[in-house]
Amino acid sequence: MAEKFDSVVVGAGPAGIAAAYTMAKAGLNVLVLEKGEKPGAKNMFGGIIFRHHTEKLAPEFWKTAPVERHVVEYQYWFLSKDSHLLLSHRNQKFNSQYNAFTVHRAKFDPWFAKLAEDAGAVIINRTTVDDVLKENGKIIGVKTERGDILADVVIAADGVNSMLSKQAGLREELPQDAVVLALKEVIAVPKQKIEERFNLGPDEGIAALLVGWGPGMHAGFMYTNRDTISLGIAISMRDLDRSKQRPNVLFEQFKSHPSIAPLIKDGELKEYSAHLIPEGGYDYVANTYTDGMLVVGDAAMLVNAVNWEGTNLAMTSGIIAGETVIEAKKKNDFSSRTLAKYRERLEESFVLKDLKKYRGIPKFFSSNPEFFTLYPDTLNELFYMWHVVDDEFKADKIKRMKATLFKRRSRVSLVRDFYHLWRLFS
Amino acid sequence: MTQRVLAIEDKLYRNRYKVDEESHLWIKDPKMCLRCPFDFACIRVCPTDVYKWEESKITITYDACVECGACRIACYDIGWKNPKGGFGISYKYG
Repeated sequence: MAEKFDSVVVGAGPAGIAAAYTMAKAGLNVLVLEKGEKPGAKNMFGGIIFRHHTEKLAPEFWKTAPVERHVVEYQYWFLSKDSHLLLSHRNQKFNSQYNAFTVHRAKFDPWFAKLAEDAGAVIINRTTVDDVLKENGKIIGVKTERGDILADVVIAADGVNSMLSKQAGLREELPQDAVVLALKEVIAVPKQKIEERFNLGPDEGIAALLVGWGPGMHAGFMYTNRDTISLGIAISMRDLDRSKQRPNVLFEQFKSHPSIAPLIKDGELKEYSAHLIPEGGYDYVANTYTDGMLVVGDAAMLVNAVNWEGTNLAMTSGIIAGETVIEAKKKNDFSSRTLAKYRERLEESFVLKDLKKYRGIPKFFSSNPEFFTLYPDTLNELFYMWHVVDDEFKADKIKRMKATLFKRRSRVSLVRDFYHLWRLFS
Repeated sequence: MTQRVLAIEDKLYRNRYKVDEESHLWIKDPKMCLRCPFDFACIRVCPTDVYKWEESKITITYDACVECGACRIACYDIGWKNPKGGFGISYKYG
């Protein structure tokens, strides 16, 4: 006879743990299954977690959680082959009211999972779920290598590659447009050097986005941790495939850029990782519920690439899923009719409201790669021209700058590009 | 500024793996590879060089896999499942 739980959560990442913690606090009998040897063992992100949403589960978590640095500065780098233009925002308010923290997931996720465990959830590591268990079309549990487990509601928190939502018939294989491939290196650099190179105080950190170094829709990312730097690239699967370039070669080119290389100089590689990020936006959000099952976090494609947000969408979806199960338990009704409340509440929350607002953006950027290639390069060229001092009259210089711009992109295209971009945000 | 270019092998030995005896990756129909319609996308997109073309077939070094899933998105002929519990990549940082 298989064991029966109120809920089985598959995956001990931020979404799964948020759901498990929410339910366990309410007295539900919750089991979390994690395929890695511990929570976080399979997880990779940029990245940062956000104070506001993490605090909903763990007030003042930074006092005990293994966080690296709080972010005081956000940087946008526009690169060309041998130059960069840097737009940067540093604010002392980020020192008095924390906004985001850099973390290593293999360290943070186990701490986060402990919250759920302390509230009474049972967490079993090293357990891969092979399939969902169905009866009369309803999901009644999961099949694992250790045997079958029954539950009123299964919560699929199994990440971007979610096998569960496919097995439950909630989504097809992901199309290339729905995901970007991210590669990352954790590079050890002494604490003092990080603080010198990035002009940081103790515990202060930066978060950076870098465009202009690769083919198609791409971004680089850089985060300072205590004594490591997380440096990575993300490129749309479609553009990677089209470019015929190898991801690691692109990564090495990026790392050797003359503006990047000094920042990681003499650093020691600690880890090389890769992960898909579901950046396709609202149109790729999976079906998120069915009889006996809810899908949360990356598994439901809940990532807001525009604002670099992911873990907060994951945690919020987990909380809402947990609350939906608590309600369902009261009614003792776990049909899709009751569980649909989860989707309704997601739609009312910032999670899907934001993704809906931005729904045209992923497609716009993938069909307008100029924003990642031509524009960063042109910006650098124009700034270079502006600053070169010689005998040229400024009237001629300005004329030449305008000619350079319009040669690269016609006036009509320029107006169209930025008008469309403006429309997508307004 | 010169930076030593690191090959995949130089990078992967920094990672921690627990290697299973059995591969979690396979080719569903090896015949399809002979006339690959995707220009060997599996080889091209993999960030850890898991796939190679050797003696008229794709070979799979599954123990280098970091389970990102890129190969599966690039080609539907790739069979992909999660490694058994506790096996595969085990990040120390993540």
